[in-house]
Amino acid sequence: MKDYPFSLWVYLSQSPLLWLTVTLLVYATTDAVSLATRRHPLANPVLHAMWIIGAFLLVTGTSYTTYFAGAQFVHFLLGPATVALAVPLYENRKRVVSSIVPMLVALVVGSVTAVVSVVLLAQFAGLPRDVVLSLAPKSVTAGVAMGIAESLHADPSLTAVAVILTGIMGAIIVTPLMNRTGVSDFRARGFAAGLAAHGIGTARAFQVDEIAGVFSGIAMSLNALVTSFLVPLVVTLLVR
Amino acid sequence: MLASLSLILLCQLIGEAVVRGLGLPLPGPVLGLLLLLILLLARDRFALLASGPLGNDGVESASKGLLAHLSLLFVPAGVGVVQKLDLLASHGIAIVLVLALSVVLTLLATVLTFRLVSRLLKQRDAQ
Repeated sequence: MKDYPFSLWVYLSQSPLLWLTVTLLVYATTDAVSLATRRHPLANPVLHAMWIIGAFLLVTGTSYTTYFAGAQFVHFLLGPATVALAVPLYENRKRVVSSIVPMLVALVVGSVTAVVSVVLLAQFAGLPRDVVLSLAPKSVTAGVAMGIAESLHADPSLTAVAVILTGIMGAIIVTPLMNRTGVSDFRARGFAAGLAAHGIGTARAFQVDEIAGVFSGIAMSLNALVTSFLVPLVVTLLVR
Repeated sequence: MLASLSLILLCQLIGEAVVRGLGLPLPGPVLGLLLLLILLLARDRFALLASGPLGNDGVESASKGLLAHLSLLFVPAGVGVVQKLDLLASHGIAIVLVLALSVVLTLLATVLTFRLVSRLLKQRDAQ
């Protein structure tokens, strides 16, 4: 009976239940801390959940594949959550329709800036070609970005990491940066957050202001469209 | 609640099917979003549609429930960073700096363009 706790661990660590529970518990904790700090940007719940769970996996020697077997149930909801963005969009349709022109111009300028800047900066930093390609779609939501990376024969799992890092940095930086630029229009601020930092930026925008959240959701969906066309073009033109 | 969730999944399913079937370069859930939006707008026109998940705030409250914890949904993909520790050890600083600079440039370009265009439009309307 001596090795009973160990065999229990072996059993549990292979089951989806444990890793789903860990994901929810850790996030519930980091989210509570974020709330307690009145949503301070540096208390970003995704950032802290990520390293805590990651460290836990490394310490227990658990593979990401095993972890993902449990966490996939959460990951799956990314799709339905994208569909659900229709509701805030519908409820704020009048404001959205009245800002259609600035939105579309900002969409084009923002998407081009996102892709061109990352490709040029990554080449300037001397990163290997496959890394440059994997970083290119980093401003769109994870599922779409990974699809783009696949079509470029880059590394989709590196793209996923770049997407999440971009989202977290965008979410942390957006409020102080916007306060510094003196833009108080929450439509513009939200639109920028969703365009540059997809769903994580949108989650942040909803924490700050409902209108910002709505515009962020629109930017995220539109950018997914534009970037799918833009990345192959920019890569052919700019990547050596 | 169950009917509302089914409606959301159905929109996504149709979106995925159409995207795959026609080989469109856009993500299935984005088409699903458009579909749900069209349904909600059609409901305002045709009272007949205001039943089941489309009546009594059904799909609205289910959607808000999903969106309330949007950041949680990115955690599983984010933990994938543990698979990339070798690459981060060799190129991590450069990658993080490149992404950080690019995100700042993108935020600024987008917000300033949005503000500039909406101001120009306001001036034109005032004249």
